[in-house]
Amino acid sequence: MEEKEKKEKKEKIPRQPMPEQKPKVRARNFDEVPFGYSPETAMLEASRCIQCKNPSCITGCPVDIDIPAFIAKIKEGDFAGAIAKIKEKNALPAVCGRVCPQEVQCENVCILGKKGEPVAIGRLERFAADWERAQGEVSIPEKEPSTGKKVAVVGSGPSGLTVAGDLILKGHDVTVFEAFLIPGGVLVYGIPEFRLPKSIVAAEVDYMRKLGVKFQGDTVVGATITVDELFEEGYDAIYIGVGAGLPVFLGIQGENLIGIYSANEYLTRSNLMKAYLFPEYDTPIIRGNDVVVFGAGNVSMDSARTALRLGADRVRIVYRRSREEMPARTEEIHHAEQEGVEFVLLAAPLNFIGDDDGRLKGLRCQRMELGEPDASGRRRPVPIEGSEFETECDTAVVSIGAGANPLLTKATPDIRLNKWGNLIAEPETGKTTKKGVWAGGDIVTGQATVILAMGAGRMAANSIHDYLTLGW
Amino acid sequence: MHKILVKEELVPNMHLVKFSAPAIANKAKPGQFIIITIDEKGERIPLTIADWDQTEGSITIVFMEVGTTTQRFALFNAGDSIDSLVGPLGIPAHIEKVGTVVCVGGCYGIAAMMPIARAMKEAGNKVISVIEARSKYLLFWEDELKRVSDQLIVTTGDGSYAPQGWIPDQLKQIFEGGEKADLIFAIGCTYMMKLASETSKPFGIKTIVHLNSIMVDGTGMCGCCRVSVGGETKFACVDGPEFDGHQVDWDVLLSRQRSYHDEEILSLQEWESRNWRGTR
Ligand SMILES: Cc1cc2nc3c(=O)[nH]c(=O)nc-3n(C[C@H](O)[C@H](O)[C@H](O)COP(=O)(O)OP(=O)(O)OC[C@H]3O[C@@H](n4cnc5c(N)ncnc54)[C@H](O)[C@@H]3O)c2cc1C
Ligand SMILES: Cc1cc2nc3c(=O)[nH]c(=O)nc-3n(C[C@H](O)[C@H](O)[C@H](O)COP(=O)(O)OP(=O)(O)OC[C@H]3O[C@@H](n4cnc5c(N)ncnc54)[C@H](O)[C@@H]3O)c2cc1C
Ligand code: SF4
Ligand code: SF4
Ligand code: FES
Repeated sequence: MEEKEKKEKKEKIPRQPMPEQKPKVRARNFDEVPFGYSPETAMLEASRCIQCKNPSCITGCPVDIDIPAFIAKIKEGDFAGAIAKIKEKNALPAVCGRVCPQEVQCENVCILGKKGEPVAIGRLERFAADWERAQGEVSIPEKEPSTGKKVAVVGSGPSGLTVAGDLILKGHDVTVFEAFLIPGGVLVYGIPEFRLPKSIVAAEVDYMRKLGVKFQGDTVVGATITVDELFEEGYDAIYIGVGAGLPVFLGIQGENLIGIYSANEYLTRSNLMKAYLFPEYDTPIIRGNDVVVFGAGNVSMDSARTALRLGADRVRIVYRRSREEMPARTEEIHHAEQEGVEFVLLAAPLNFIGDDDGRLKGLRCQRMELGEPDASGRRRPVPIEGSEFETECDTAVVSIGAGANPLLTKATPDIRLNKWGNLIAEPETGKTTKKGVWAGGDIVTGQATVILAMGAGRMAANSIHDYLTLGW
Repeated sequence: MHKILVKEELVPNMHLVKFSAPAIANKAKPGQFIIITIDEKGERIPLTIADWDQTEGSITIVFMEVGTTTQRFALFNAGDSIDSLVGPLGIPAHIEKVGTVVCVGGCYGIAAMMPIARAMKEAGNKVISVIEARSKYLLFWEDELKRVSDQLIVTTGDGSYAPQGWIPDQLKQIFEGGEKADLIFAIGCTYMMKLASETSKPFGIKTIVHLNSIMVDGTGMCGCCRVSVGGETKFACVDGPEFDGHQVDWDVLLSRQRSYHDEEILSLQEWESRNWRGTR
């Protein structure tokens, strides 16, 4: 059959939807929203891939997964083969299959997307990973013989975990230092249970432990121990993957009223400290009835959907640009909308209003219109004179981005930073300006994506391995 | 897991706990704090490091029972372990020779003040310590503070241990008595720190307070601990906990500390029902 004919035939099978909890039901519980594919659905979806000779999809994946190869295995029902293929390039497939913005990455460039709908690459990746976890025993790959070199990884987010997983297989002795007790970074304290169950992250961390990676929680590098002290303790190389852990506030009047949270605090309380199970768990969170969330990225969608699940009657996302500019994944926006989150577009907050007790009771906003494109290429919001309006609310979550946390870098003055406080790292290797120290993920790029943080980790791991075996 | 080496009830509802924590003992400086989580269900609570011992690899804190987490923690004993303990956090107290220093402590602050008074004394200052308690039976560490102070003034709310009064009364007496104080440190409950700052202001004496806003991570990640100082928003965990008491917006701090007033009551009720059944 000619490729063209094959393609036409495949286009007749529609992209397989993933079954999920009904919006009304799920908006009130913290269980995962989609259920995942059954083996039959996965095989059917896999059969839509036409196995391109020059597969464009791979160019869309930041870690170059051999997408047609793993999909072919799923189609044949060889799920073990499929997951093995994925794991050649991606150590956290159950995570990426769930949270990658596929619509701008692999699926964006899938050839089937030109005319119809792309192959559901992310859902298939998730299927393969979930299938493997359900089998129980995950096979432990052969490790290279010990090199006797010690590597310290600072931060246990996706970039740190990638570095640790790669270097342990190459025979190095790896310890991950983490400020919190539980490893996983944003995957555990930021992204909520209903989107990424914590048991999945725990399983990935468990797998790393089995490989021999050591995790030392409760350790704030820069406070408990410094980078230089790690070298003194005998570490030969250090990777810094501490993420973008600095909340950005609006800087408007009334922001210290009770009921106003940074997204970091709101999500950390709910996810990591399990405030959604209060009072069974000790950490409280304000269960507002009328919640406003500022910003329209993934973090905002997660905050808004968390507020609903905590029992809010009304949740509104206030965003100063229009729908087209919203940075969140399409699926998250869609899910939020289905669950009843309202969008107040082209509006920006001016100040908060409090009651006599210092509690938030309202908000003053201003309407915006879109002007000329700014440096980011998005059209700049411009305030409309005389369009101010007031609205009531009892809880607000500020989710307009995250900056670089200076705690570690202040204690390591010989590492160079850019003007935003992000670590400067060589794009090809992840090397910082300090000998023996690499960095990657959100602390270098600013808040980005899981897969980019992993890609940076992979690159740095290769460079660290070269250094440990060949020299700086 | 972090092991409890010593646990002692100093006075009713006030407990001393010594933890095994060698890494923190090596690093701790006066004025710094730790954050602990007692068990899986516990809240993250900040506590000031009241003492440390590098050879033993231990740190000591003194805490007061106020809400659920501290009441549950009070039921732990030597030999038990808690889940999480992280530190040392916060900017250390600035220790230098300035002349005469007044170290003010109330409730847990009597213990929390110890390392600062000791270091200020070692730096060559004249140290006057002033501590208060509601009543004689709530007073602790008097001898310990006496040892590191040139003068120790004790005051009790009910006069059960002379003289009767509170810290502001004592401060006023000191200043009006002609003592030329160069610096004041105050640690303890928020009202006491506020009143101490208000008392010293007319005398123009710089007053350093240790702010105790509600915290989560303690590393500058969440912004929960934000306070308003000199018209600017600061994070108490990383920009402090020490601030100039004359610049602090006390109303914001006191208000934000009430954030979870209703939840705290609910939490206590839930815990009490569990406690009757014999679990912490
Ligand atoms: C709510 C939310 C939703 C998101 N949704 C998506 C999504 O759907 N898809 C997607 O691709 N991306 C998403 N992102 C972005 C993505 O999670 C991040 O880009 C990614 O986690 C960055 O990984 P990292 O390893 O660089 O850092 P992080 O995941 O931030 O991990 C850094 C770790 O370092 C620790 N640490 C910090 N300082 C220190 C120190 N001094 N010492 C020791 N440890 C330290 C932190 O506690 C943390 O555990 C989301 C982010 C958030 C906050
Ligand atoms: C830097 C710092 C150092 C401190 N040092 C000590 C100390 O050495 N000894 C001591 O007894 N106490 C100290 N505190 C106060 C102590 O953290 C609180 O008493 C404790 O968290 C109360 O917890 P709870 O669950 O028992 O009470 P809750 O029922 O939660 O609260 C009772 C009151 O305690 C305050 N509080 C609650 N949670 C927190 C939190 N996570 N962080 C701060 N305050 C909170 C609130 O104002 C609340 O009104 C310190 C606080 C800070 C910020
Ligand atoms: S890792 Fe992400 S980008 Fe790569 S194939 Fe999987 S879902 Fe697509
Ligand atoms: S581009 Fe699409 S159809 Fe082609 S190989 Fe990749 S997934 Fe299959
Ligand atoms: S406690 Fe989170 S920023 Fe201070």
